[in-house]
Amino acid sequence: MIEPVILWTDALIFLLVLLIAGFALYARRKEHLRAPWQEIARSRVGMGALVVLSVYVAIGLLDSLHYRPQVAQEGQAETAEVLSLFDKLVTPLRVRQEKTYSAPLATHQYAKENIELADGSMVRDYPRLKHAGAHLENPQEEWLQDILWLIAKGLVEGLIFWLLCSALLIYWSARRSDGSFRQKFAAIRRSDTTLPWKSLLFTSGVLTLVGFVAAELSLHYHLLGTDKVGEDVLYQALKSIRTGLVIGTLTTMVMLPAAILLGIMAGYFRGWVDDVIQYTYTTLNSIPGVLLIAAAILMMQIYMSNHEEEFTSLTQRADLRLLFLCMILGVTSWTGLCRLLRGETFKLRELEYVQASLAFGVGHFKIIGRHILPNVLHIVLITLVLDFSGLVLAEAVLSYVNIGVDPTMNSWGNMINGARLEMAREPIVWWSLAAALVFMFTLVLAANLFSDVVRDAFDPRLRTTR
Amino acid sequence: MMAYIVRRILYAIPILIGVNLITFTLFFIVNSPDDMARMHLGVKRVTPEAIEQWKVEHGYNKPTLYNASAQGFSRFTDTIFFEKSVKLFQFDFGSSDSGRDIGYDISQRMWPSLAIALPVLLVGLAVNITFALLIAFFRATYIDFWGVVICVVMMSISALFYIIGGQYLVGKLLHLVPISGYDTSLGAVKFLILPVIIGVIGGIGAGTRWYRTLFLEEINRDYVRTARAKGLSEQWVLFGHVFKNALIPILTGVVAVLPLLFMGSLITESFFGIPGLGSYTIDAINNQDFAIVRSMVFLGSVLYIIGLIMTDISYTIVDPRVRLS
Amino acid sequence: MAVFLEMRLEINRSVLLSLCALLLMPGCDGTPWNSPYSKESEEQQILYSSFSERPKHLDPARSYNENEALFIQQIYEPPLQYHFLKRPYELIPLTTVEMPRVTYLDRDGNPLSGDYSVTDIAFSDYLIRIQPGIQYQPHPLFSRDAGGTYHYHQLSEDMLDGIHTLADFTQTGTRELTAADYVYQIKRMAFPRFHCPITSVLGEYIVGFENLIDEFEEVDAKLKQETGEERPYLDLRPYQLEGVEVLDRYTYRIRINGKYPQFLYWMAMPFFAPMPWEADRFYAQAGLWKRNIKLDWYPVGTGPFMLSENNPNLRMVLERNPYFHGEAYPTEGEAGDAEQGFLKDAGAPLPLIDRAVYSLEKENIPYWNKFLQGYYDASGISSDSFDQAVQFGGQGEVSLTEGMRERGIQLNATVKPTISYFGFNMRDPVVGGDSKRARLLRRAISIASDYEEYISIFANGRGLVAHSPIPPGIFGHGEGEAEINPYVYRIEKGKAVRRSIDEAKALLEQAGYADGKDPQTGKPLLLYFDVYATGPDSRAVMNWWRKQFSKLGIQLVVRNTDYNRFQEKMRKGTSQMYIWGWNADYPDPENFLFLLYGPNSKVDVEGENSSNYANAEYDQLFNRMKHMDNTPERQAIIDRMVEILRRDAPWIWGYFPKAFTLHHEWLHNVKPTLMVRNKLKYRRVDPQLRNTRQLEWNPPIVWPVVLILALVLLSLIPAVRMFRHRERSAAR
Repeated sequence: MIEPVILWTDALIFLLVLLIAGFALYARRKEHLRAPWQEIARSRVGMGALVVLSVYVAIGLLDSLHYRPQVAQEGQAETAEVLSLFDKLVTPLRVRQEKTYSAPLATHQYAKENIELADGSMVRDYPRLKHAGAHLENPQEEWLQDILWLIAKGLVEGLIFWLLCSALLIYWSARRSDGSFRQKFAAIRRSDTTLPWKSLLFTSGVLTLVGFVAAELSLHYHLLGTDKVGEDVLYQALKSIRTGLVIGTLTTMVMLPAAILLGIMAGYFRGWVDDVIQYTYTTLNSIPGVLLIAAAILMMQIYMSNHEEEFTSLTQRADLRLLFLCMILGVTSWTGLCRLLRGETFKLRELEYVQASLAFGVGHFKIIGRHILPNVLHIVLITLVLDFSGLVLAEAVLSYVNIGVDPTMNSWGNMINGARLEMAREPIVWWSLAAALVFMFTLVLAANLFSDVVRDAFDPRLRTTR
Repeated sequence: MMAYIVRRILYAIPILIGVNLITFTLFFIVNSPDDMARMHLGVKRVTPEAIEQWKVEHGYNKPTLYNASAQGFSRFTDTIFFEKSVKLFQFDFGSSDSGRDIGYDISQRMWPSLAIALPVLLVGLAVNITFALLIAFFRATYIDFWGVVICVVMMSISALFYIIGGQYLVGKLLHLVPISGYDTSLGAVKFLILPVIIGVIGGIGAGTRWYRTLFLEEINRDYVRTARAKGLSEQWVLFGHVFKNALIPILTGVVAVLPLLFMGSLITESFFGIPGLGSYTIDAINNQDFAIVRSMVFLGSVLYIIGLIMTDISYTIVDPRVRLS
Repeated sequence: MAVFLEMRLEINRSVLLSLCALLLMPGCDGTPWNSPYSKESEEQQILYSSFSERPKHLDPARSYNENEALFIQQIYEPPLQYHFLKRPYELIPLTTVEMPRVTYLDRDGNPLSGDYSVTDIAFSDYLIRIQPGIQYQPHPLFSRDAGGTYHYHQLSEDMLDGIHTLADFTQTGTRELTAADYVYQIKRMAFPRFHCPITSVLGEYIVGFENLIDEFEEVDAKLKQETGEERPYLDLRPYQLEGVEVLDRYTYRIRINGKYPQFLYWMAMPFFAPMPWEADRFYAQAGLWKRNIKLDWYPVGTGPFMLSENNPNLRMVLERNPYFHGEAYPTEGEAGDAEQGFLKDAGAPLPLIDRAVYSLEKENIPYWNKFLQGYYDASGISSDSFDQAVQFGGQGEVSLTEGMRERGIQLNATVKPTISYFGFNMRDPVVGGDSKRARLLRRAISIASDYEEYISIFANGRGLVAHSPIPPGIFGHGEGEAEINPYVYRIEKGKAVRRSIDEAKALLEQAGYADGKDPQTGKPLLLYFDVYATGPDSRAVMNWWRKQFSKLGIQLVVRNTDYNRFQEKMRKGTSQMYIWGWNADYPDPENFLFLLYGPNSKVDVEGENSSNYANAEYDQLFNRMKHMDNTPERQAIIDRMVEILRRDAPWIWGYFPKAFTLHHEWLHNVKPTLMVRNKLKYRRVDPQLRNTRQLEWNPPIVWPVVLILALVLLSLIPAVRMFRHRERSAAR
C-alpha cells in the first residue's frame, strides 16, 4: 500500500503546472499571445534549449510525486521518511552507498584504510568499493575494457531508442499534416519545416545518448563518484534539480499575485494609493537583500523549534524552509516586477479606449480585468522567465553562506558548500563540485538561451529596460 | 533643483523608519535580548544576574516597541526601538553588543571594501565597454554570434566557480599571489590582484551583453543612419556618436551603484579574508550582533536612497530635457 | 630628526615594494610572490601563526575562551603555571617565590593541628609570596612626571586629538608588581560591570566574595545615578574583601571555605593575574572608550610579551616585553623529552622569540594551503586534509605521509582534556528516567551508535572512543580492563570489542520495543535528536545518525537549530537527545564528573548537568571525592561512580577528540599540551631555514598566464582581419 504525501512545494508546483496549462489554452485563442509562441517554436536555439529544459522539468516533476514508503522490512527502518517517484526509479543509485569518498568510475575507495586480511594482520590500503566494479575479478586489468564496453553498449542502445522515437515522431507528424513519412523526412533534411526539427532531434539525440551511457555506467559504477558518507554524487546532483527548479519558479510565483495587484493598482489609481505602494516597495528594496534573507531564515528556524510537534518529519521541515526561502527571495525581488507593471499601467490608462470606458462609468475592477491585465501579461511572463536563471544561481550563493535551503536538502548550493573543504584535500576531491557546477550550468544556460528567445518574441522593446 | 533634493531627502526619512521597523521586528522575533546576552557572555557558567546586568548595560532592558507601564508619549519613546533608532538617525551607531564602537569599525573597514569594489567597477566597466563596442562593430557577423554565445555561457557559470577555481589555480598551483589576506596601505596591492581579476571576469558575461544591447539600440536610431548616409566612416559613427549617446544609460546605471560600493561583497571578502564591510556583516549575522546588523541595514538603506537621488540628478545633468518635478 | 629620516626611508621602501608587486617583478625583495607578509629582517626571531576568530575579551577578569587564551596568557601572569614539559601536569610558581602555603583552619579561624578529618576543615588559607622586582610592560597608563602625577589620567579632548590606538601615546612608564595588584584583580572579579564569568565559583569558595558583589552592586547603582554617566569610574581599592588580604608589599593571603584543593588550578588561570589599579583609572576615561581603547582590548601585564599591534580584522602582533623579569627554560622534563630535543634550550633565558604575528584566517582552505606553502609555522589539521598529511601504521599508530616528511613537517598528537558526548535528557518520558525499560533502551542505543565509525568518518580518526566521562591523562581515567565499558563492549584478548547489533536488539526487546516498534502505536519508535550543526558536514552527520538508529528499527528525527535555540532547549529541558561537549578548566576528574552531579542540573539551576541526571549514591560519592587528593582511595570512589554511570547510561560516552598539530622543521620546542597555554615563550624558530624553504616551495609559474594572454590576442586575429576586409570593401 502506498500512502501519497503532498508537500507544500509539491502542491504549488502542480498548481504552477495547471496555471501554465491554463495559460496555454487561453493563449491559443488569442492571436497577440499565440503569434510570439509560434515565433519561439520556429527558433532553433529556443527549441534546443526547450528540450534540455523539459528533461530537467520532467525529472523535477517526477521528484515532486512523494509517497511514504512501507517501513520495517526485515527489521530495517527506511532511512528516508518520504520518497518520490523519481527515487523509486533510480533506487540503485540511492541505495548503493559506499563508506566514504570514491572517485568517478573508481573501483577502490579514495582514502586508505586499515584492512584486516584473512590471516588477521592489518594493512593500510585502498579498499575495494562495495557497489562499483564489483563484478570485476581483477579491476586493474579489466577496468578500462569494461568501461569502454559499457559505453559502447549504452551508445548502441541509445541510438536504437533515439532512432525509433524519432521515426515515430516524424511518422506521427507526417500523418497529422496528411503527408507521407518520406516527404516529411526529406523536408526535415532540407530544413524546410516550420519547427526546427533538426535542432530538436539533434538535442534530444545527444541527451538520449548521454542518458543511456550514464545509465549503463551507473548500474555498475558510481558515474560521478561518491561523497564523504559514500552517497552517489550523480544521485545528489539529480535530486538537486527539483530544488533548483522550485527556487527558480516558485519564488516568482508566490509573490506574483501581490506584485500584479499592487503594481496595477499603483499605476491605475495613482494618488495616495500609488504613494503607499511606492513607499512599501522602496522600503523593502532599500534593505540589503542578504540581511533580510538571513534574518528571515533565522526567524523561520525559531518558529520551527517553537512548534516542533507540527514538523515531525525532516522532509517537511526542509520543504517548508524551501518554501519560506522562495517567499523571502520573492519579497526581495518582486519590487522590480511591481515597478514595471506600474509604469505599463500608467501608459495603458491614458489610452483612449480605457478613458472611454471610464467615461461610460465602467467599474474600475472591470476595466483592470478587461483592459489592463491582459495587456501586461507578457511582462509578467518575461519576468518569470528572465528571473529564473538568476534565482538558480542565487540559491547556490545563499546556501554557501548557510542562509539558503535546509542543510539536509539536496541542492547544488549545499553540494558546493560541502565541497569547499574537499578542495583542500590532495589528491583533490573535485567531483562533487564539478557535478554541481555542470548540472547547474546546463540548466542556467538553457534557461538563459530560452529566455532570450522568449523576450525577443514577446517584446523587442523591453530589451532596453533590462 | 535644491528644493527637489531637499524634498527627496525628507521623503527618505519615512522610508528609513520603515526599514528600521522591519529589521527590528525581524530581529526581535529571532532573538530575545536574553539570547543576545547569553551569546555575548560566553558559554560556560553564565548566571541570570549577569544576563540582567548585560541587558541593562546595553539598553535592552526596556520593552521592545510599546511601553505599557509608561505615560503618554513615553509609551513609545521609552522603548528599545525608539532609543536605538533615534541614535541611528544622528549617525551615532553606538557600540556593538560586544562592546566595540561601530562607527569606528565601519570607518576602518570601509576602505578594504572600496579597494576591491572600485577597481572591479572601473576595470569591469572598461573591459565590458570595449568588448561590447567590438561586438557591436562586428554586428551580424560570426564574431557577434560567438561573442554573444560566450557571454551567455560566462553568465551561466556560478560566481562561486570563478572564485573557487581562480583561488585554486592562481594561488595554489601557480604561486603567483597570496591565497588570501590583506595588508594596510600599498602592501594590499598583491592581495587585491586576484579578487579584482575574478570580480571582473565574473562580470564580463552579463555586462558585455547588456552594453551590447545598448549600443545596438543606439545604432538603429535615425541620426546614426543620417551620419552614415553623410559618408562618415563606421568607426567614427560608432565611437563618435553611438558611444557618446549610449554612455548616458551606462553612466547613470553606474551612479546608482556607486554608494553601494561601500557595502562590499559578501562572498569575495569572506573567501579572500579581506576585512571589509561585507565580511563585517556576515560575522555580525553569525554572531547575532544586533547592533551591527541594524547599523549595516541602516547604512545600506541610506546609501541606496543616495544612489536613487544621484541617478535622478545625473539624468538632468546629461539630458537637459528631463526636468525634476 | 633621525626618527623622521628613518620614516621617510621606510615609506620610500614600501612604495618601491608595492611597485614591484604591481609590476610582478620576481622576488624583488627576496620573498616569494605569494608571500602574505612583507619582508622582515632575518635577525629577528618571528613566529607566524593565525587566529580564526576575533578574540572578544582580553580582560583577564572576563576572558574564558581558548582563542583569547592564545593572547592573554602570554601577557598576563597569574601566580602559578603548569610545568611546560612534565606530565602528568604539575603546577609550579610563575611569579611567586614558592608554591602557596596552605593552612587548614577550624570554624573559629584557628589552625588545625594533629588529627583532624576533612569535615573539621572550615577554612583553608593560601599564603602567596611573590618575587620582588617584577616590572610591568611599558604602558602609557604608568607614565608619570617627576612630581608623580600621571600624564594620561586626566585626558582632555585636546590631548586626545590624533589618538587612535594606544601606540599614539608618546610616553610610557612602568612600575613594580606588588601583592596589592593581585588582590585588586580579585576584587575586580566581584565588580558586576566587569562580567566575570566565574563569580559563582568564587562566591562559593572565597570568603566574603558574595558580600562584596552585593556591596559593589549597591555602590555602582548609586554612583551611576549620582553622576548620570554610563560608566563612571569607581576606585575599588577602599573596599574590603574579607577573605583576601595584603600582608606586605609582596605577600597576600586568600581564605576559602572548606577544603578545595582544586583552587590551586584556578590560580594558574589569568583570572588571578595581577591588575594595576591605574589601569582601571586610565581606561575609565570616556574619550578613550569612544576610540575603542579599553582594558578589554589593550591588556597590560607583566608577562614575556605585550600586544604591540592590535587589529582584530587583520592581525595581532605580540612583541617581547623589554621589562620582562626573566625566566629560564626548564632543565628537566619527563622521560624522552631530551631525545625529542625539548631540552636543547635548557636554561636559556625566555622568551626565545622576539615577535609573534597572528593573522586572521577564517576559511580552512587558505589556512591549510598557506601552511603548506610555509607561511604559517604550525597548523592544526583540519579533518579533510588529514589523509594528505597523516597515515596509519600497521598497528594504527599515526605517522606523516611521505610528501609531508619530505618537507620536514613534524606531527604532534595528544588527546585533549575534552569530551564530545551524546546525551539523553533524563527527564524525558521515553528515553529518560530510572526505569529498567528506559535504561535498556539507552544501552541498546549506546551499542548501536558506532562511534568508532563516527570518528573515522567525521574526525578522520582524530579521537578516542570514550568509555567514561574522564579522558586519559586525567586522574581516575582507569587502567586496563577497568577502562572498558562492559555494557557496550566485550573484552576480547584484553581489547574492547563493540557488542553486536543482535545484543542491542535483544536489549531493545527486553525493554518492550521488539524490532524497534513502539508497542502503543505498532509503528517504529520515533525519537528526537537535537543538534546545532550548520557546517558543510552537517547533512552527512545527520544522515549517519539516522542510519545508526535505523539499525535498531528506530526512526530518528533530527532537529537542527542554531546554537542559541539549542541552549534554550537545554535550559528548558525540552530536548530528548542531544550532542554537546565539555572543555576541562583544569586537569582534575572533579571537572568532568560534576557534569552529571544531580544538584548541578541544567533545568533546575542552569548548571552544567545538561542531561539532568540525578542519582543519590553518585551525588554522595561526588561530594566525598571532590575534596580528596589523588589517592588510591579516591580512585576507588571514582571507579564506583563510573560504574553507576555506565549502568545508567545517561550519555553515550562519545569520544575524546585528539589534537593533531603539524609544524615545520624550523619551529622548535613544540610539545603537545592543552593545559600549558603560556607556551609562546618556549618556542624557537630558525628564520634562515624558513626563508630558504619558502623560496624553494613557491616558485611562481608564469607560463599559463602568458599562454592565456597569447590565446586572447590570437582570438583578436579574425577581428582584425575582418576589420581590414571591411576597410577595403568600404574604400571600394
